[in-house]
Amino acid sequence: MKDFEIQNHKDTRSGFGAGLSELGKTNENVVALCADLTGSLKMDAFRDEHPDRFFQVGIAEANMIGMAAGLTIGGKIPFTGTFANFSTGRVYDQIRQSVAYSNKNVKICASHAGLTLGEDGATHQILEDIGLMKMLPNMTVISPCDYNETKAATIAIAEHDGPVYLRFGRPKVPNFTDPDKKFVIGKADVLREGKDVTIIATGHLVWKAIEASEILLAKGINPEIINIHTIKPLDEKAVLESVNKTKCVVTAEEHMMNGGLGDSIAQLLIRKMPNPLEMVAVDDSFGESGKGEELLTKYNINTTNIVDAVERVISRK
Amino acid sequence: MEVKELEKITSQVRRDIVRMVTAVQSGHPGGSLGCTDFLTALYFEVLNAEPSAFTINGKGEDLFFLSNGHISPVLYSVLAHRGYFDVSELATFRKIGTRLQGHPSVSKNLPGVRIASGSLGQGLSVAIGAAAAKKLNNDNSIVYTLHGDGELQEGQIWEASMYAAGNRVDNIIATIDYNHKQIDGDIDEVLPMGDLSKKWQAFGWEVLEMDGHNITEILATMAKAKELTGNGKPIVIVMTTIMGKGVDFMMGTHKWHGSPPSNEQEAIALSQLEETLGDY
Repeated sequence: MKDFEIQNHKDTRSGFGAGLSELGKTNENVVALCADLTGSLKMDAFRDEHPDRFFQVGIAEANMIGMAAGLTIGGKIPFTGTFANFSTGRVYDQIRQSVAYSNKNVKICASHAGLTLGEDGATHQILEDIGLMKMLPNMTVISPCDYNETKAATIAIAEHDGPVYLRFGRPKVPNFTDPDKKFVIGKADVLREGKDVTIIATGHLVWKAIEASEILLAKGINPEIINIHTIKPLDEKAVLESVNKTKCVVTAEEHMMNGGLGDSIAQLLIRKMPNPLEMVAVDDSFGESGKGEELLTKYNINTTNIVDAVERVISRK
Repeated sequence: MEVKELEKITSQVRRDIVRMVTAVQSGHPGGSLGCTDFLTALYFEVLNAEPSAFTINGKGEDLFFLSNGHISPVLYSVLAHRGYFDVSELATFRKIGTRLQGHPSVSKNLPGVRIASGSLGQGLSVAIGAAAAKKLNNDNSIVYTLHGDGELQEGQIWEASMYAAGNRVDNIIATIDYNHKQIDGDIDEVLPMGDLSKKWQAFGWEVLEMDGHNITEILATMAKAKELTGNGKPIVIVMTTIMGKGVDFMMGTHKWHGSPPSNEQEAIALSQLEETLGDY
């Protein structure tokens, strides 16, 4: 691809692990808690480098969230780590009362989000977590797209005073963003300027949107691509500026249609700039076992689905 | 402070509780009355904390977390009399715009409260986190908690209990309000919990027991608990109390867990509680 060079293929969870390790060296208030998934979350480096600041809590996520809230009271900046399913749905009430309502400086870091967790199947493939977290007042919701961006986001959220949900994934995916780019919470990233349609994507689907754009260009369609790494607070200005130009939108995410990025964009457009919108997201369904790519295709959230959605939305202009 | 002085405070706190819940016809008088002696002793004699210098961080101070947040009336009254805020603010309890929310909250910056509670079972985990932060900060202060006995039915309590013992969190003193009552009835009818002290011992905690209405015994037991800190084990006090203590028709029944008295019942209750420090 011309515009976006793949530097390598890496998992976003490794970006989290690298960012956490760097924070361990630069910020002595950063502490980490993990619920028996240290290897999966790539928290080993932090654990080995700072054993006094690492808390292995065992398979007890509710206690982990409560402890993290308590650690903030002593001025610590706790990063909790487990799978996205156990980071949100399992502990929603603990997050709601002890973290969000109490506005504690806890960073809830969630790996293996979405379908690309793969073979473990629907029990572990949470597709509702963005919705659950964005509904909570005080909560910032971040969903970076590749290794470099996840590392940068991990470092950036330590500087933000307040609860954060950081969502990332399991598989190795193209790593293409600038490793030196500073992560600015709440600022959308226009990856490609275009005029015919605005494609707004988050997480793993950002690369899929880039792949789709090449197919679209060959068809004579010139798309604008926006990476929304911060779902809440949403960069409304960037979205509206783009839609004002293109007059139609496709959203793309590895999440349920209800409650996801597309839902946030739809709310914004209907209130401030009604225009045709198509959503590439899972349509009211649980996932299943399989390879990540197979699942993205089966649940209609792969590259070709973005292309099809663009053609549909342009026809509605 | 003399025990007699503390008892004077408890009488006024009990009056405040009855008046607060009657005024808004909502709130939880039973458990509040039952924990009055403990919280008064804790805040006026045990806790090393300066009300006028309250911060969320509580650096260099003992911390207290009320895990069973529904007994907020007793906490608010004790905090007010201890000087965290003016006693006149008790009149705003549960009213629109108040800092004295139905269950404790930090959303309006009420001095004395460091985290929300109300949804049960979360306070022990929070306290363990705060205790861990104290250790990292080389702060030798102690973290205290209070829990309802019914609250122990929440699984998170036992997650936290295992963690604290397994990781030698020995700067924490938890207290259980063992009144054998919960909203739906006797604990033994709703969900029997067996021998509580043995359960905590089996989980690896140092267990003490005390009468929650004998201030001399409370002070002695708290002193003993403090001596036991720093020895590699977390400490829990199983405190026997009577729900509704101090008001004859409220005592020993779950019916006053979450129900306010009528104005006539309030008058009877107040006739049994001496106004020692002046009503708010």
